Amino acid sequence: MTELSKSGAAVGEPVKGSPAPSAFLEVRDLKVHFPTDDGLVKSVDGLTFSLEKGKTLGIVGESGSGKSVTSLGIMGLHTAGQYGKRKAQISGEIWLDGTELLSADPDHVRKLRGREMAMIFQDPLSALHPYYTIGQQIVEAYRIHHKVDKKVARRRAIEMLDRVGIPQPDKRVDSYPHEFSGGMRQRAMIAMSLVNNPELLIADEPTTALDVTVQAQILDLIRDLQKEFGSAVIVITHDLGVVAELSDDILVMYGGRCIERGPAEKVFYEPKHPYTWGLLGSMPRLDRDQTERLIPVKGSPPSLINLPTGCAFNPRCAYADVPKDNVTRTVRPELSEVGSQHWAACHMTQEQRERIWTEEIAPKL
Amino acid sequence: MSTQRTTGRRKQAVAAAAVVAALLSTAACGGGDDNDGGGSKSGAAGFDAANNKVAQASAAKKGGTLKFAAAQDADSWDTTRGYYGFMWNFSRYYSRQLVTNATEPGAKGAAVTPDLAEKTAEISDDGKTYKYTLRDGVTWEDGKPITSKDVKYGIERAWAQDVLSGGPIYLQQVLDPKKEYKGPYKDKSADKLGLKAIETPDDKTIVFKLPEANSDFEEMLALTSASPVRQDKDTKSKYGLKPFSSGPYKFQSYTPNKSLILVRNTEWKQASDPVRKAYPDKITVNFFTNANDMDQRLINGDYDLDLGQTGLSPQGRTNALKQHKENLDNPVSGYIRYAVFPQSVKPFDNEHCRKAVIYGADHESLQTARGGPVAGGDIGTNMLPPSVPGSEGQKYDPYESATTNKNGNVAKAKEELKACGKPNGFKTTIAVRNNKPVEVATAESLQASLKKVGITVDIDQFDGAQTTGIIGSPSNVKKKGYGIIIMGWGPDFPSVQGYGLPLWSGDYILESGNNNFALIKDKTIDGLFKDYTKELDDAKKAEISKEINHKVMEGGYYLPFVFEKFINWRSSRLANVYTSDGYSGQYDFVNLGLKK
Amino acid sequence: MARGTAAGPRAVLAYLIRRLFAAAVMLVIIILVVFGIFFLVPRWAGVDPATMFVGKQADPAAIEAVRQKLGLADPIFAQVWEFFKGLFVGRTYSGGGDVTKCAAPCFGYSFRSEQAIWPVLTDRFPVTLALALGAAVLWLLFGVAAGVLSALKRGSLWDRGAMIVALGGVSLPIYFTGLLSLAIFSYGLGWIDAQYVPLEESFTGWFGGMILPWVTLAFLYAAMYARITRATMLEVLGEDYIRTARAKGLTEPVVIGKHAMRSTMTPILTMLGMDLGALIGGAILTETTFSLPGLGQAVLKAISDKDLPVILGVTLITSLAVIIANLLVDLLYAVIDPRVRLS
Repeated sequence: MTELSKSGAAVGEPVKGSPAPSAFLEVRDLKVHFPTDDGLVKSVDGLTFSLEKGKTLGIVGESGSGKSVTSLGIMGLHTAGQYGKRKAQISGEIWLDGTELLSADPDHVRKLRGREMAMIFQDPLSALHPYYTIGQQIVEAYRIHHKVDKKVARRRAIEMLDRVGIPQPDKRVDSYPHEFSGGMRQRAMIAMSLVNNPELLIADEPTTALDVTVQAQILDLIRDLQKEFGSAVIVITHDLGVVAELSDDILVMYGGRCIERGPAEKVFYEPKHPYTWGLLGSMPRLDRDQTERLIPVKGSPPSLINLPTGCAFNPRCAYADVPKDNVTRTVRPELSEVGSQHWAACHMTQEQRERIWTEEIAPKL
Repeated sequence: MSTQRTTGRRKQAVAAAAVVAALLSTAACGGGDDNDGGGSKSGAAGFDAANNKVAQASAAKKGGTLKFAAAQDADSWDTTRGYYGFMWNFSRYYSRQLVTNATEPGAKGAAVTPDLAEKTAEISDDGKTYKYTLRDGVTWEDGKPITSKDVKYGIERAWAQDVLSGGPIYLQQVLDPKKEYKGPYKDKSADKLGLKAIETPDDKTIVFKLPEANSDFEEMLALTSASPVRQDKDTKSKYGLKPFSSGPYKFQSYTPNKSLILVRNTEWKQASDPVRKAYPDKITVNFFTNANDMDQRLINGDYDLDLGQTGLSPQGRTNALKQHKENLDNPVSGYIRYAVFPQSVKPFDNEHCRKAVIYGADHESLQTARGGPVAGGDIGTNMLPPSVPGSEGQKYDPYESATTNKNGNVAKAKEELKACGKPNGFKTTIAVRNNKPVEVATAESLQASLKKVGITVDIDQFDGAQTTGIIGSPSNVKKKGYGIIIMGWGPDFPSVQGYGLPLWSGDYILESGNNNFALIKDKTIDGLFKDYTKELDDAKKAEISKEINHKVMEGGYYLPFVFEKFINWRSSRLANVYTSDGYSGQYDFVNLGLKK
Repeated sequence: MARGTAAGPRAVLAYLIRRLFAAAVMLVIIILVVFGIFFLVPRWAGVDPATMFVGKQADPAAIEAVRQKLGLADPIFAQVWEFFKGLFVGRTYSGGGDVTKCAAPCFGYSFRSEQAIWPVLTDRFPVTLALALGAAVLWLLFGVAAGVLSALKRGSLWDRGAMIVALGGVSLPIYFTGLLSLAIFSYGLGWIDAQYVPLEESFTGWFGGMILPWVTLAFLYAAMYARITRATMLEVLGEDYIRTARAKGLTEPVVIGKHAMRSTMTPILTMLGMDLGALIGGAILTETTFSLPGLGQAVLKAISDKDLPVILGVTLITSLAVIIANLLVDLLYAVIDPRVRLS
């Protein structure tokens, strides 16, 4: 298996209201709420984290946990072009390299998009415009931020395609997305994202739509490129295995909130939250006997309009009754330090967790 | 339609309104019959000023362009092939005949007057020989003289029905009843003038020899279909695209259903033509597909008159009656609208059952359904149109339809039902054309009033385009049980023969294309028609016509609705305008002039 | 999968040839079907087609002559063959001592108005084409613009207003809007004469006569196009590649005007092709309302006159127009959507 995390990234104590963040990317108490006819959907509800250049943060959670909303929030895509829809309500602070994005001029944020921060999407087939060639789309991405003529931009596009490992890039540059295989498409997507050397790269489920064998190649590519470009990378996925391979730090989201975070090897090998245990259990692993049943997280994700009171995870938690006085159903657990640089939001005591982990969970993994 | 629900009080209100409107209009045009030079501010002659009288004759000047608006093109402009009323009227612009309808208003327009011929026919005592002499100076559009042979050839063309179908065939029936002649295109003789019944001893003389006398023969010769055609200019089936002119105008351009322009025929000489005044320099016809648009443009003054001469559409009529009454005339069309009872359908074989329907009908409500007294016409009381000699109009009212019984006479109807052996009434079906909303309305009106006397009727709307096949087939009528058929009829030429022969003669009952819907086979009537064809005296002819009409009415075969009238538009530019009975109440086109 | 776009032009050419061939086959089938409808069906229904050619006064001699002239007594295949032959070498009809020539391409001959059909078609086609194209330009301009604006301002007063007007436009019949516009602009205000004048006579007269028909027709279609544009645009705006475009830092005008519009135009062009094709044979209401001497008017007249050869000719020319319009759309499709070239 792959080597895991070098030392923890700066996932410090949540710092509120401090005006001068030291980190490259710092998200403070981010809330993204969507008004709907049924009520307010609190997709992200008070998320705080930070990330340094050259480091990778993995955000893990099932669909609806708020991980993608977070990434779009950083990119400023909740406010751009939301015609006629009810506006998303966004609060908190997003500091990128000393600039607070939520209060900044939208056009300034637009200029940062693609140049300072770029994004790779889950399904490259639908994320690439079907009517334009790969080259046209990369050239366009490059020329928004660089005043160069088309020839120069085209050379740059070919260079990028070559860099992401597309054979015959000078020919394939004129191909349309549908003429590429899935993996090649994602490589092209990555080439487009990196064409402006962004300092922050957000990869939203970059491998979900791909074959297992291709997944590994793409992950290798992202890791190699990060080394080369020295960007900060956020990898968003529901697959703990993916982040375990790539990330320095892992942030687990549930119901729009962070429920556990810490250095990758800590979260992966010594997870402290029952939900993380569930994620680990549901992770398909090549080294495990295929006949053995996976242990998925039971139940379905919580309603983001009416989160369960107390711990949002309590209806699905097998250990909800372990803490006393029904506290899991009445009091929302705050993040508390459960190890070095390692936080979790759970009412169980350290001892209870250790016991369940060693006796019930670890043997099955 | 609303006719069924019209209450008595509402009818009175309508009548009162009509009276007020009439009073206002007389006041507006300065009172009365100011025929000439009078009229409103717009220059129009006034309401009904050209109906049966000449309006503004002296205002007509030479020159200008007379503009017709048309909703429909002629069936053909070939004089042999045209059968539409307006085509016969219009064709006098470019064709002349031996004799033609007098260019006089009203009834006088139905009289025959010499045209190419010096005078009307010299008729032999037995009524079988008609002789004409052509006048001097009559010419074709290339300047060559019109000869008696051209007239003969023009008439002969009607025999070539296989090539030139569509026109009237009266002359064929009268001159060659056995159909011995095969038409000029199959004529083996060198000059193609093989028809024996017509002789042309010289270029000026033409003699018609009839196997049987027919007192309407000269009327038939006055039809457009007796126009001369020059053999070297006969393009056969394509002749209607550009007829070679013998009249004061010639075709400049013509695209079917699109446009028609006539210009002066410079070879025509006024001196040679006692009939045509030929005022305008140019005559144009524009075709419209939207009748409302056409009426609006007439009212706007973009055009002078409607080529079709069928009256304004309901919408244009309402508008025009309100604002431009001085531009309207309200002539009688010559048509009678009626219901007819096929004797093959029981119980209409019994005359009392037929009369029960006549008495039971609410004549006033039928008139309202036809459009009321102005747009629809006077209540029809008998079957001879007012334009036909011998007509008595409403004076002959055997069923008192316009007076005592105008709202139906239930008691009388029940009496007739009893006499018919159906005291409790019966059931039958009305056949009506589905493409004529007004006729459907009359059927509904009739249905409502007959219900009161115990006669229950279904209404069957048939495809109006298939008239000949559906109601023209007596066996089909019987099969479908059409006890009442709603139709209308107008004269081809104003005589009892031109109107009533196909309707009432036992010889005219046909397997297909039948028009004798009542299946009248009455020896007295057939005998009267024979007498008529042999009678040359006009007064006596009128007397026979009257008698035929009475016989038909006494038989109770028909329930006339109205002596049809329509509302026709004439622009304020028009002068020397008058309606003519010769063309069923249409304006006499050939002498229309424009004011300068 | 095709390798790169080196095969592009060749692929397009192959596509073109395939489509052309399909169109030709289609046309032959249509001729056969139309022919069958006009010559076989009446026979089965017990109606002699000859009587339908003669018209009102069905004199037996005339019917027999027409039967002879048209070869109606011949087997149907011989008749179809004569018709096809006529298209290329012309035809001669003779009967009753009368000879009528119909020059190639002979689409038949009307014995009602004594005209060959082809000149009627060529005379009237430009009027209909001008009507359809002029209206199309208007409805595309206004319909698409209104639809895009509505989509971008979804739920706004503008959107609601525009969609109510569009609903009106879609549901109001041409003869109503046509008569209304005539009543207001022509009879009432007198701004426009609104009578057809041939182009070769006077351009301004022609233009003046065409304005109201264009606007009336365009109003109906603009309404439909606005609704389609709005719906498509809303759908496209939800596509992932639009999010990608924004993520690249493109300005909104570029995102909408370039990325979203390109996709939105695809269904609109399909509709345009079909509508133009249909209008060429079917602008009957507009042509009738405004008395424009186009094909629709000719066919309406022919129907009321039962002038079968004209109906047949217009049907064929209309089918041809629809086929050509669809062909053009298919080609445009291939240009717009590279994925189509492969299928």
